[in-house]
Amino acid sequence: MANLKVDGQLIEVPDHYTLMQAAEAAGAEIPRFCYHERLSVAGNCRMCLVEVKGGPPKPQASCAMSVKDLRPGPNGEPPEMFTNTPMVKKAREGVMEFLLINHPLDCPICDQGGECDLQDQAMAYGVSGSRFAENKRAVEDKYMGPLIKTVMNRCIHCTRCVRFTTEVAGISELGLLGRGEDAEITPYLERALTSELQGNVIDLCPVGALTSKPYAFNARPWELTKTESIDVMDAVGSAIRVDSRGREVMRVLPRINEAINEEWISDKTRFIWDGLKSQRLDRPYVRKSGKLQAATWEEALAAVATKVKKAGSKVGAIAGDLAAVEEMYALKGLLASIGSGMTDVRPAMSGIDPSMPRSAYLFNPTIAGIEQADAILIIGANPRKEASLINARIRKTWRATNLPIAVIGEQADLTYAYDYLGSGFETLADLAAGKGAFAETLKNAKRPLIIVGEGAVSHADLGKQAGRDTIALAAKLATGTNVEGDWNGFALLHNAASRVGGLDIGFVPHDGGVCSADQIALAGKGELDVLFLLGADEYDMTAMGKAFVVYIGSHGDKGAHRADVILPAATYTEKSGTYVNTEGRVQVTTRAVFPPGDAREDWAIIRALSGAIGKPLAYNSLAQLRAALYAEFPHLARIDEIAPGSAAEIAKLGKAAIKTKSAPFVSPVADFYLSNPIARASATMAECAQMAAGLRQAAE
Amino acid sequence: MLADKDRIFTNLYGHHDWRLDGARERGSWVGTKEFIDSGRDWITNEVKSSGLRGRGGAGFPTGLKWSFMPKQSDGRPHYLLVNADESEPGTCKDREILRHDPHHLIEGCLLACRAMDAHLAFIYVRGEFVRERQRLEEAVQEAYDAKLIGKDNIHGWDLDIIVHHGAGAYICGEETALMESLEGKKGQPRLKPPFPAGMGVYGNPTTVNNVESIAVVPEILRRSGAWFSSIGRPNNVGTKLFMVSGHVNKPATFEEALGESFKDIIEKHCGGIRGGWDNLLAVIPGGASCPVVKGEDMMDAIMDFDGMREKKSSFGTGGMIIMDKSTDIIKAIWRISAFFKHESCGQCTPCREGTGWMMRVMERMVQGRAQKREIDMLFEVTKQIEGHTICALGDAAAWPIQGLIRNFRPTIEARIEQYTYSSTSDGAVPSIAAE
Repeated sequence: MANLKVDGQLIEVPDHYTLMQAAEAAGAEIPRFCYHERLSVAGNCRMCLVEVKGGPPKPQASCAMSVKDLRPGPNGEPPEMFTNTPMVKKAREGVMEFLLINHPLDCPICDQGGECDLQDQAMAYGVSGSRFAENKRAVEDKYMGPLIKTVMNRCIHCTRCVRFTTEVAGISELGLLGRGEDAEITPYLERALTSELQGNVIDLCPVGALTSKPYAFNARPWELTKTESIDVMDAVGSAIRVDSRGREVMRVLPRINEAINEEWISDKTRFIWDGLKSQRLDRPYVRKSGKLQAATWEEALAAVATKVKKAGSKVGAIAGDLAAVEEMYALKGLLASIGSGMTDVRPAMSGIDPSMPRSAYLFNPTIAGIEQADAILIIGANPRKEASLINARIRKTWRATNLPIAVIGEQADLTYAYDYLGSGFETLADLAAGKGAFAETLKNAKRPLIIVGEGAVSHADLGKQAGRDTIALAAKLATGTNVEGDWNGFALLHNAASRVGGLDIGFVPHDGGVCSADQIALAGKGELDVLFLLGADEYDMTAMGKAFVVYIGSHGDKGAHRADVILPAATYTEKSGTYVNTEGRVQVTTRAVFPPGDAREDWAIIRALSGAIGKPLAYNSLAQLRAALYAEFPHLARIDEIAPGSAAEIAKLGKAAIKTKSAPFVSPVADFYLSNPIARASATMAECAQMAAGLRQAAE
Repeated sequence: MLADKDRIFTNLYGHHDWRLDGARERGSWVGTKEFIDSGRDWITNEVKSSGLRGRGGAGFPTGLKWSFMPKQSDGRPHYLLVNADESEPGTCKDREILRHDPHHLIEGCLLACRAMDAHLAFIYVRGEFVRERQRLEEAVQEAYDAKLIGKDNIHGWDLDIIVHHGAGAYICGEETALMESLEGKKGQPRLKPPFPAGMGVYGNPTTVNNVESIAVVPEILRRSGAWFSSIGRPNNVGTKLFMVSGHVNKPATFEEALGESFKDIIEKHCGGIRGGWDNLLAVIPGGASCPVVKGEDMMDAIMDFDGMREKKSSFGTGGMIIMDKSTDIIKAIWRISAFFKHESCGQCTPCREGTGWMMRVMERMVQGRAQKREIDMLFEVTKQIEGHTICALGDAAAWPIQGLIRNFRPTIEARIEQYTYSSTSDGAVPSIAAE
């Protein structure tokens, strides 16, 4: 610990603190532009200058200077720094004046207006007039792709965007070119950035140089209602803030959650919002003489009730990627009331078996725990596409510790260096048998992290055994002899927000039920009469034969096209829904806007349907539903917490006999930008997808 | 005045052989092994006692700088980085050493490396110095071939010398930008602390020295620090390469003792001021970044670090720019402003934005197209830049203008008045040239 005086106040701070952190600990505010907690220190904006006693007679950059660098007084007095002296005031005013002389001051037409660091700090630390009588510098705007709009006149060269893209996102596609006042931030080749985290530079930009292209000129920050919620685009469960105006979601921004997303979100999370407004199912539809026709709720529910009553227990239900726990719980209850156990939330032929312990399908080491790992093996996953923020966390760890990383599966650019071991099950089996150099690395690792993707545990062509064997081998690798006692390195990486929640409440075949693939097969053979699709669009819709398909969902996607009755439901921004992320962390979304038209919250639709069938579920409100849910599954009541699995369970899994000889590991996310119905309805995502496809072609 | 026997750079004009044989005839590489064997502390102490101050401009005591290097290596190698990126306008001494006395430098590298436990020296040569670099490389090769340096050399101290060619940016002469550039990055200064002695090239302890500072070390050791410190006046000792350009009868680069008067130096080496001493308008005493000094103030000036500080300027590199009364002093300083604006790296705000602003105001002042109050404003802007930047380029850009305003304010005001008076009633100004 170091003692120092900040503005005369004696404080004690840790040795590694910078002057800026020390000042903040003492309650003194220091303005800054280039400094950002999660990026390297540039020290170039010079806004954070403070006066230091005993040092050179000039102000020092507080973001870059450590408290250790301060010199004590001649008689050993604690070193002193000041944030409120005339020298500091003059320095701040001077820097602010320099920043503003070439800034266009076009705040009235700037999207950053109202949430602009430069605007705020100019009010707080600037002077009222300008002495600059020359012409302002003009800078050509740059093209950075469909997501980022640039107005480079406004740039203050803080280089936060450059540091973010090179350090966190892992692409070297932004840089500062030129010297002196001709220096410009540029994507070099006027090409779209290729990172799936690029949207974060919009938040990082302290001025209006980089703003959101889809959001351009749509709203002002002060007219938006801010709702704190959870993202469902992947199984990470990033913390987000949904900004809405009236009944419209205007944009999505990240919130800080150190355990999950730090303060970044992926582009899909950020730019999905236009998909919330298009292709929406806003009224019930019933298929009459082969055509879907608009209907009232009574007609639609009656049509479903008739079919269900007739079907007896030959009713199945598949939950899609975005389903919340509440509606799955209600649907499971509905099916149970008519004697069916045919529920499934897993992709076709998943190796995750209902008989396995909970830790077998969790990302046990947790996302923040990635930073503790000392070796990483990625099996059948492309974390960059399936969980961009987990990939960013791996990159962060790799940059900090340069730990060994190996991949079995798709050989993709993951933004960090790794050993490519092979493409499929054979390689994994070899590794588990101790063959190869990386087997040695894993054996010696104290905290190995084995990431198993859904592509490695779900083999639609090979059956469930291949997935089970993959899990067993991964479990074996995760529980080597040198592993530290409390470390559980087995990490299943899901790619859908609904998956862990559904598995937790047992939305899997039970009481004689069959899995999703078998349900569809039964439907194709005419042995399943009614099939509920709870927002499920990622299945083969042509194979369902003559089954009566009821689609409960928000978007007119594949499932709605196949459906015989469509019951319009709410998206994650329109309901309060519980989601369990891939770590097993329970989180709840908040309603930001109401569902459009006649659409209703999913659980309420199912409750109404149960009434129409004549077997009403035992709850009339969300609170009652949750009370029942929590009574049955108490861990779901502990919001933001993880009920951890045990390493012993994993060790047991690793002892299973292996029957599979070979299986390919292919990431289930073929196109990052189009992985769910909301994304497929988004024009922005479509543009990104085309752009990415074009880039791929150009690269080949 | 410096006696011929006390000269260190005896082949400054290239009249003799610059190769190893010639250098040996002039005394290079004599007794080097003894110095090496005397050990690290002896060399450092000798340089300390010689009172040698860095010849790159700032005048920091060289021996003291060396002693900042870690006494014990923590496993990281130590490096010597010789700054041969001589780009300061008015300065042209290091190139003479590189061209004509390269073995002084190479021998100096060996001794300096011994003094800081380094086995690798980098010499960063300015991009425009193509011939100089070729000479230096040849000389280094000669030294390798003669086993004077390299692995298992005759001196018993392994040393490799890497000559690195820059790309010609002024800012790369700043020690931390030099290291960035050497590492293959963009030449932008680093934040200090950490200082190079703790974390320099590739994160290892590094000392950055000017070519001349290193090149005089062998002679200091050969003739003793006491000899060196006996030349000049206290705190400003030794011999120094001076460069005089501009309006003197014979512009020249020459070696002279510190502490001599400006008048004597100009009379002896440059044949006096063009048009006589009364014709002297102003002097920039040590390269473009030093504040300009009025001619009459220079009459009694002593040419050394303290002497120039008394004149509110700086001794810098010793590269004097002499201007007689035919000079448009405002335009001259504007040109310097334009240089610094062009060479600003663009990293930190005050320098990036301020150098352009200052240059544009200066541009108007050259014509007189300004307000008198803008003189004070300009002065304040220079103060807003000075001391607020990452490196010293901000200071360097501010000082010439401060010097101008301090010394030639009436000239600027007269120019503004002239411009104002010649405007017509409808505000139009007939084009009056800057002359």
